[in-house]
Amino acid sequence: MNEITRIDRRSFLVSAAAVGGGLAVGFDFPAGGRGAVRANASTPELNAWVVIKPDDTVVIRMVRSEMGQGTITGLAQLVVEELECDWSKVKTEYPTPGQSLARKRVWGDFSTGGSRGIRMSHEYVRKGGAAARMMLVQAAANQWNVPVGECTVAKGVITHGASKRTLRYGEVAEAAGKLEPPKDVTLKDPKDWKVIGQPMKRLDTLEKVTGAQIYGTDLKLPGMLNAAIRECPVFGGKVTSFDAAKVSGMKGVRKVVQVGDSAVAVVADTWWQAKSALDALPIVFDEGENKKVTSATIDKMLEEGLSAEQAFVGNDNGDAKAALASAVKKVEAVYSYPFQNHAPMEPMNATALYTADKCEVWVPTQDGEASLAAVISSSGLPAEKCDVHKLNLGGGFGRRGAFQDYVVQAVRIAKEMPGTPIKLIWSREEDMRQGRFHPIMQAKLVGGFDAQNNLTSLHIRLSGQSILAAVRPAILQQNKGMDPLVFQGLAKGGEHGFGYSIPNLLIDHAMRNTHVPPGFWRGVNINQNCVFMECFMDELAQAAGQDELEFRRKLLGKHPKNLAVLNAVAEKIGWGKPPPAGRFYGLAHMKAFAAYVAAAAEISVSADGKKVKVHRIIAATDPIHAVNPAQIDRQVAGSFVYGLSALFNQSCTVKDGCIAEENFDTYDSMRIAQMPKVESIIMPSGGSDPWGGVGEPTICVAAPAVLNAYFKATGKRIRSVPLKDHQIAMV
Amino acid sequence: MAKLTINGKSYDLDVDPQTPLLWAIREQAGLTGTKYGCGIAQCGACTVHMDGEAMRSCSMVVADAEGKQITTIEGLAQGGVLTKVQQAWVDHDVPQCGYCQAGMIMAVSALLKAKPKPTDSDIDDAITNICRCGTFQQVREAIHAAAKA
Repeated sequence: MNEITRIDRRSFLVSAAAVGGGLAVGFDFPAGGRGAVRANASTPELNAWVVIKPDDTVVIRMVRSEMGQGTITGLAQLVVEELECDWSKVKTEYPTPGQSLARKRVWGDFSTGGSRGIRMSHEYVRKGGAAARMMLVQAAANQWNVPVGECTVAKGVITHGASKRTLRYGEVAEAAGKLEPPKDVTLKDPKDWKVIGQPMKRLDTLEKVTGAQIYGTDLKLPGMLNAAIRECPVFGGKVTSFDAAKVSGMKGVRKVVQVGDSAVAVVADTWWQAKSALDALPIVFDEGENKKVTSATIDKMLEEGLSAEQAFVGNDNGDAKAALASAVKKVEAVYSYPFQNHAPMEPMNATALYTADKCEVWVPTQDGEASLAAVISSSGLPAEKCDVHKLNLGGGFGRRGAFQDYVVQAVRIAKEMPGTPIKLIWSREEDMRQGRFHPIMQAKLVGGFDAQNNLTSLHIRLSGQSILAAVRPAILQQNKGMDPLVFQGLAKGGEHGFGYSIPNLLIDHAMRNTHVPPGFWRGVNINQNCVFMECFMDELAQAAGQDELEFRRKLLGKHPKNLAVLNAVAEKIGWGKPPPAGRFYGLAHMKAFAAYVAAAAEISVSADGKKVKVHRIIAATDPIHAVNPAQIDRQVAGSFVYGLSALFNQSCTVKDGCIAEENFDTYDSMRIAQMPKVESIIMPSGGSDPWGGVGEPTICVAAPAVLNAYFKATGKRIRSVPLKDHQIAMV
Repeated sequence: MAKLTINGKSYDLDVDPQTPLLWAIREQAGLTGTKYGCGIAQCGACTVHMDGEAMRSCSMVVADAEGKQITTIEGLAQGGVLTKVQQAWVDHDVPQCGYCQAGMIMAVSALLKAKPKPTDSDIDDAITNICRCGTFQQVREAIHAAAKA
């Protein structure tokens, strides 16, 4: 038995699939670091990250998943910076998680979530590039029989200065691959970066504009059949019976199978045949007690939590309760945030091929190792007989990382038909019903002022769903029952540290979990926390009769980076000067995923308050280091589309235990006509602070900035999302 | 059985004529550039051209497409040369995940045929595709660039 099969599966699952909680595992570095295993001799690689072919093509291997956020381009820039190769010769590829396991996880963590793709791997991928460069230059020096110090390298060409001889990387790659990897690797000083920090074009655009890119739903394998599935729409329910005979004669239908205890799938020649038969298939579910749950019963449970005795304290200083009791003036408000579905454009899918000797899955996944763990557990085969082939994602947003339910389903169906590849695609309706939803949360906020109108106390009581209670209960055990992730953006320091200094502070959480499964949704808990905090900051400032920016500035004195992004957006929008006629401004800021972000929104509102036009949003982000400003700019604008769609239009409501919204007609998403002009200010402060994320942080500031501007326009404070519930539409 | 003309090529397909055109294109003709997103003509990921007009192929059946000239994303570039819309998409680095972009490009190509110099308001009216990554800012830039090209 080798190393792999002795991995404790429970710890593997926890470490491999950790998403969103800042749980990056500190793996050692490539190029022969501790635990790393070099490839066998037939693989023409310099190290795990870099393969150079005789024609100078540089293949950069990476394990973070591309889902639109541009991570493979950014990671390639990091490698190329140190490798000193020609950018135009770069290609990328995904190693499989099975290959990584066989090499003692040489590529480290596959998880692509928590805005960690670049910030948690920049050091080891740069070292991979640097080590490869050193080996290539050494190989050239050996060939010339000159000291390596006399050689220089640029764009993949090594030059011996004295003799003016040159060699291309492709000419020395084979010899370099036989050298021992260097023991010590020194990385460039950021001031010498030439590729990092540049707005390089994405490496994967051409195939996306010609229809050539193969997504999971597009996969074709020889002899493949297609499956459609329906799981009990009430979470926790089970299949009682189904009448396969009713559909088994329909054209193309090959098999009707129960999948686990809660789902039924139809396998057919084509997916449309499978879906049509599934729609016609009588299925009886035992929906259980959860059938009685509705949005109203959930809301009531959360409301009770707002004043409950027991709560987990996530951040405190001073004595907030005593200070509030003696405050000269108090301001109080209750906010709420709904369940929301990720709704990536590509519905969940996976293709599985099972035989008694092997199980392979092709899947768009944010975490190849989590997918592999799902294949191992659902196939019953040992790890070395399982593998996962990652496909680029048609959107992820957190749905395709920690949760591999569709992989488990595909494998279970494939086990019923050994030797036949089965492509399982969820309908949009299935995708909407079976989400892993943005957690539902309410908050009661109470602020207290002294006689001089200084904010001296603040209590934020959160009441609602914990993601980690459902997904990573072990983390709760380590924290005496508390979910630390609930306090993102409000935490006591760290990558989600609270920026305001308030003498008496208490932020606590009454955990109220529902039967609706929660998940990591782009931004995770910063979405609701930023609405709660930043709208309430405006409420406090207004109660004190102070300017909303000045009020914040006074409380941010100890956090200059928070202050800097807030000042940047305020200055650019012209805060303090009168807006153009009919226009109104709103501000918000937060520290999230180690980045500092702020937004200033400019809106107009119809006379009846029912139509909102968001004209522009100024967004500032300080991710400490900015690898590709063009892609960061796109992530900022894209995050606002996701965040504003959520603010205006999106809630998943619960009726008879199931999610009522089943498609984009009732769960609308922004269109181009509604798109504000987004002006991003990318202001990396540099230095040695941990790098900040990009994909998620800015999402949280759009909604409160717009809500604060809406108050300025109308005098009406909206405290619950989405705005469609207030009959307010985005135009 | 159905006879469809897709990208100038004739296909005899073994398909129920009541099958949505989208699925016949993807599963019988094997052209997977056209995407399934919602199945109810909301998102536009399935947009193709029928006799030059942008249509949501998920919500029309094969029988209604017979005798029509259907163009999919695979039929735009000729001989490896991108159309000016596709080229603008490359130049402006538009796609993020890319899943909706085939439908977006088909919708934009039809718009530019009808209105070679569209205003922002024309774009707002004609382009109603959903993009969950949120590429709209680049989409608008690229449409104007393609109109100038």
